[in-house]
Amino acid sequence: MSALPQTKRSPRRVGVAARRIAWPALALALILAVDGLITPGFFSIRIVEGRLFGNLIDILYRAMPIAVVALGMSVVIGAKGVDLSVGSVVAIAGAVIAWRIHRGDPHLLILFWALGVGLLCGVWNGLLVAALDIQPIVATLILMTSGRGIGLMINLLYGGTDPSFSSPLLQFLSVGHLGLVPTRLVLGAVIFAGLWLLVRRTAFGMFVEAAGENARAAELSGVQARLVRFASYVVCGLCAAWAGVVLTADTHTSDPVSEGLYIELDAILAVVIGGGSLSGGRIYLGATVLGAVVIQALTTSILTSGLPPEYNLVVKAAVVIAVLLLQSKNARGLAFSLARGEKR
Amino acid sequence: MNERYRPLAATATVFVALFVAGGLLYDNFFSTLVLGDILADNAFVIVAAIGTTFVIISGGIDLSIGSMIGFVGVVIANLDAAGWHPLVSAGMTLAFGAAFGALQGLVVDFCEIQPFIVTLAGLFLLRGACFMINLDSTPIRHPFVEAFAAASVPLPGGGFLASSAIVMFVALAAAIVVAHFTAFGADIYAIGGDRTSAALMGVPMRRTVVGAYAVGGLYSALGGVIYAFYTSSGYPLAGTGAELSAIASVVLGGTMLTGGVGLVAGTLIGGMILGLIATLINFNGSLNGAWIMVSSGALLFVFIVLQRTLIAPSRLRIGG
Repeated sequence: MSALPQTKRSPRRVGVAARRIAWPALALALILAVDGLITPGFFSIRIVEGRLFGNLIDILYRAMPIAVVALGMSVVIGAKGVDLSVGSVVAIAGAVIAWRIHRGDPHLLILFWALGVGLLCGVWNGLLVAALDIQPIVATLILMTSGRGIGLMINLLYGGTDPSFSSPLLQFLSVGHLGLVPTRLVLGAVIFAGLWLLVRRTAFGMFVEAAGENARAAELSGVQARLVRFASYVVCGLCAAWAGVVLTADTHTSDPVSEGLYIELDAILAVVIGGGSLSGGRIYLGATVLGAVVIQALTTSILTSGLPPEYNLVVKAAVVIAVLLLQSKNARGLAFSLARGEKR
Repeated sequence: MNERYRPLAATATVFVALFVAGGLLYDNFFSTLVLGDILADNAFVIVAAIGTTFVIISGGIDLSIGSMIGFVGVVIANLDAAGWHPLVSAGMTLAFGAAFGALQGLVVDFCEIQPFIVTLAGLFLLRGACFMINLDSTPIRHPFVEAFAAASVPLPGGGFLASSAIVMFVALAAAIVVAHFTAFGADIYAIGGDRTSAALMGVPMRRTVVGAYAVGGLYSALGGVIYAFYTSSGYPLAGTGAELSAIASVVLGGTMLTGGVGLVAGTLIGGMILGLIATLINFNGSLNGAWIMVSSGALLFVFIVLQRTLIAPSRLRIGG
């Protein structure tokens, strides 16, 4: 298999890859440049109490849950699917964590509970899409609609009056530090590396892209497209569950109604800003992380720039539209011809 | 029976079965009062869902519904405070809704960006605009709105058909005419069924796609007007998540999210099923909101699986 990635990275493809990453990178550079102008010392990174501290670190820190969800999403989207239920999976994982902590389980075991639930959600979505051939938006809409209700019901398992908890282990994984660096960033890097190895150093990534590009052709050339699509949802469920661990440990409580609300939209957005097409066939892990960082950088800069937080959504929408228009060939063509004063 | 009416029949059967089950379980459930309440409470979502049906049949999706409902309400409430007549501001917001929808459609078609993402940007934009206008609920105190909220037609059996439900039925009738008796409606079905064939047959692609999203935007805005009049207020968080209920109503109504297949009338029954579930759970008293979410999801699951395995087995395709 090791020969394949090399043949794929012909000079032309590298050029395409560079151009693809150029737009989100440009967007990020622009956002940060504006920040640098508005907020003096925006880029300074200091060491406070033995930890890295600064706006740039903060952006990465807050982007990590979205980025992890978006990584899973990029695999699903690569297989021509979409997973709307990731926010619900975050909520369910959070509820399960609070429930098991109240039951007195060892906290290391609870991690496996959370991941197991994510796995189960992924299996459910995967079965609906791959075995029953239900359209991905509809299939995952089911868990999206009911997932937060399931989370609320899990809270009721132990009375549900106080779903808050404290857990040194989980808090270390979420808000703690490993030396200078926040633990969640280290773990995020580990997850990224793991996924990258899975996607780019095994045949899995190629199978996913083949199944996403043309399921029939993939089947005919011996790829088990159904199995591959199924697996992509399992990967996504696991990623969402990990985001659930991080977000729940951050707030010390399980709040199924609002935890991870709209994270599916941010995650899909991150994939699209990273150049991924919802029509499937490609997985861009690095660009997806970049997309998630762009989204968070935007949010952070609105907050630090002194604009009222009410402007957050509008500015976000404007940037999304701008990035999308830049990526669209037709819109670029129109802009260029307008700039040259030509009539179309 | 004609194959295209089968999903509608299935949806109607589910609704009747649930309604009868409610009547057997609870006293006073089997009445036009309950039916009228379901219609009145869900009219705004159903109207928005009817518009979305056009977008979905054309092969697209519209996520901006909920934000549009909130935005329209906030605008009407603020214009009311500025002394505008609600009907004038309602007309203006309807025009805005259609224009905003058309713009989304234009971006989808011209820039070839996935509708999911374009309308997601629309969701953020309109909800953000709500927050920029004001953060609190604003009352609408115009006598016309008070009269509208109170107006209703008595039904046999002690129930009432609220004014919002009447507006909904008028909007539904108009939508049925447009979808099934005009060339524009046929074009939408053609594009959703098979884009390439439609283009080869000379269907005006851009005009039709833009038109479908314009109808979606217009009906979402109408949903917002109904909601604002019904609640006599504009609230920036109004309609949060309504896009989910609307899409679920469309799916329960037998419309395929792949496009090209579905009936506008099905959406009405789909929306009423969701309303009925919420009412059933409220009647029970010992269950809470979590049950509404879980049972709506469960019903969605049952229905989709049935649709997939029984009703349209010939439409099974690899790749979804």
